[in-house]
Amino acid sequence: MNQNITIDAKGIYYRQLNEAIKASLQDKINTIELQNVNGQRYIGAGITNDATISIQGTPGNDLAAYMDGLTLQVYGNAQDGVANTMNKGTIIIHGDAGDALGYAMRGGEVYVKGSVGYRVAIHMKEFQEKVPLVVVGGKAGSFFGEYMAGGILILLGLRGREEQPIVGDYCGTGMHGGIMYIRGSVEEHKLGKEVKPVEMTEEDHQRLALYVGRFAEHFGEDKEEILAQPFTKLIPYNKRPYGNLYVGA
Amino acid sequence: MSLREGEVRIPSGCAISGIMNRKGYLFSGHDIIQSIALMHDRSNGLGGGFAAYGIYPDYADHYAIHMFYEDSFCREETELFINDHFNVEVGGRIPTRKVSSITEAPIIWRYFVQPKAEKVMEMDLEEDEYVARLVMQINAKFPGSFVVSSGKNMGAFKGVGYPEDIGEFYKLDSYKGYLWTAHGRFPTNTPGWWGGAHPFTLLDWSIVHNGEISSYDANRRYIEMFGYKCTLQTDTEVITYLFDLLLRKQGLPLKAVVTAMAAPLWSNIERLAPEERELVKAIRTVYSPLLVNGPFSIILGSRKGFVALNDRIKLRALVAAEKDDFIYVASEESAIREICSNPDRLWSVAGGEPVIGLLEGVEEL
Repeated sequence: MNQNITIDAKGIYYRQLNEAIKASLQDKINTIELQNVNGQRYIGAGITNDATISIQGTPGNDLAAYMDGLTLQVYGNAQDGVANTMNKGTIIIHGDAGDALGYAMRGGEVYVKGSVGYRVAIHMKEFQEKVPLVVVGGKAGSFFGEYMAGGILILLGLRGREEQPIVGDYCGTGMHGGIMYIRGSVEEHKLGKEVKPVEMTEEDHQRLALYVGRFAEHFGEDKEEILAQPFTKLIPYNKRPYGNLYVGA
Repeated sequence: MSLREGEVRIPSGCAISGIMNRKGYLFSGHDIIQSIALMHDRSNGLGGGFAAYGIYPDYADHYAIHMFYEDSFCREETELFINDHFNVEVGGRIPTRKVSSITEAPIIWRYFVQPKAEKVMEMDLEEDEYVARLVMQINAKFPGSFVVSSGKNMGAFKGVGYPEDIGEFYKLDSYKGYLWTAHGRFPTNTPGWWGGAHPFTLLDWSIVHNGEISSYDANRRYIEMFGYKCTLQTDTEVITYLFDLLLRKQGLPLKAVVTAMAAPLWSNIERLAPEERELVKAIRTVYSPLLVNGPFSIILGSRKGFVALNDRIKLRALVAAEKDDFIYVASEESAIREICSNPDRLWSVAGGEPVIGLLEGVEEL
């Protein structure tokens, strides 16, 4: 049975807001709408549940940190540290997001309609069936996928600040696992020393069709049009780029 | 019983915020307090402060000297020196109100002064330079006395506490300015003390800073060659002096100053167009000791406007927005939306990319 609740977050301190969310979830409520959110941290953080929370406004830092199962719809921009070490669930951001989104993320999916800041998906990782996914509709700052150890990172460049390139410098620096797909081409000088562009395989096209399809569904966009342009696929040269750094060999 | 490591978490990381009206329209301190208060959890109660421009129209031609004194003996000693070098139009306590969380405040005084003309002539200095030197002297030679700010038609208001409480303490809602900056502090390497709170000022420059400057000693050694004295036990004051040296004394354009302080990496310089590449190379070479390294986001305020700047690889947060004649910068977007819910334009600022807000009719800071 569907149980809904609306919480007006205006002027409510983050602790009280998050306590109210947890109390609602304990009461078996499975759809929570948060109105007038502005700057409250840790929304959805550490929660194991399969409810949906929709957020009107600008949620604060560390949105969905360690989140385990929730679906979050953000109608606004998100700040820094979204999905920090997130384990499971889905985040759909209908605006931009800040720095370090997907930091050490280990599972679940994040879709951002707009652009993201620096160090997105830094040290994202995967293990067996846990393969995290981040799809960004706009542009990304420098250090995209830095030290990435696993997961799938997709950058579409459909929108964003005109004067900015689709991705900043040091893309994939230190990357040693996972796959990155960037729509269009990326100048070589922007790539970290540890990544290389490789040919797309049939499996890649299928994977892109699946995830870009979900992205297009979330934001009402044209999947075929997005996929019509070629993508650059980036993978690490070496799974252990620093394996010999301290061995004195 | 006090909590042990692991039993308490203090989420923090300093907060900065700034608001300016480009037309010079004056507005109260209410908004800047609201904005910085929203980021309460970025600071830990060991420092908060504000810089306000346009607040003293009745004494716009006087230097407004804000002072902290540890006791009345310090005040008497320092006042002799001040009276010796300045004509004091009026002096007195800065009005404050009781706030339960603000304790151990020093004696907080202000003076509206003009330099003594014969002394300025005798020393053969510009007025600003004369004032800057005396500020350095007071901070270095009068223990227990500390110049909080020394510009015209501006002032700094700071102390130990959360910034919203400091704003309440100084009654900032009763002042009106066209440019306000604010800081919430989480001191890392140095103790939290009244003089060490931000903003740091010299003449009408003020700096609020989130971050840590790993190049502090290199910057300090360079700046000391030009007569600046770093006395405040914190890395931030050196940035104030860097701007003063390059903008006021050397008259560099702001863009060159930004290039010196947040210089592009050499690999990026190599890819610039030839003419620009040579210029940036020259700046990096001549001013290499002024490269500010480490994570930072700062707002430099002045009577002409402000510039906000991140370190070149963006290790600290910075967001900017515009609405009509207002321009906003803050560590978090929500701190802007708290006082401007629907900006015309809002953007995340890139590393090394300055956000420049100048008063109408002004071309350089």
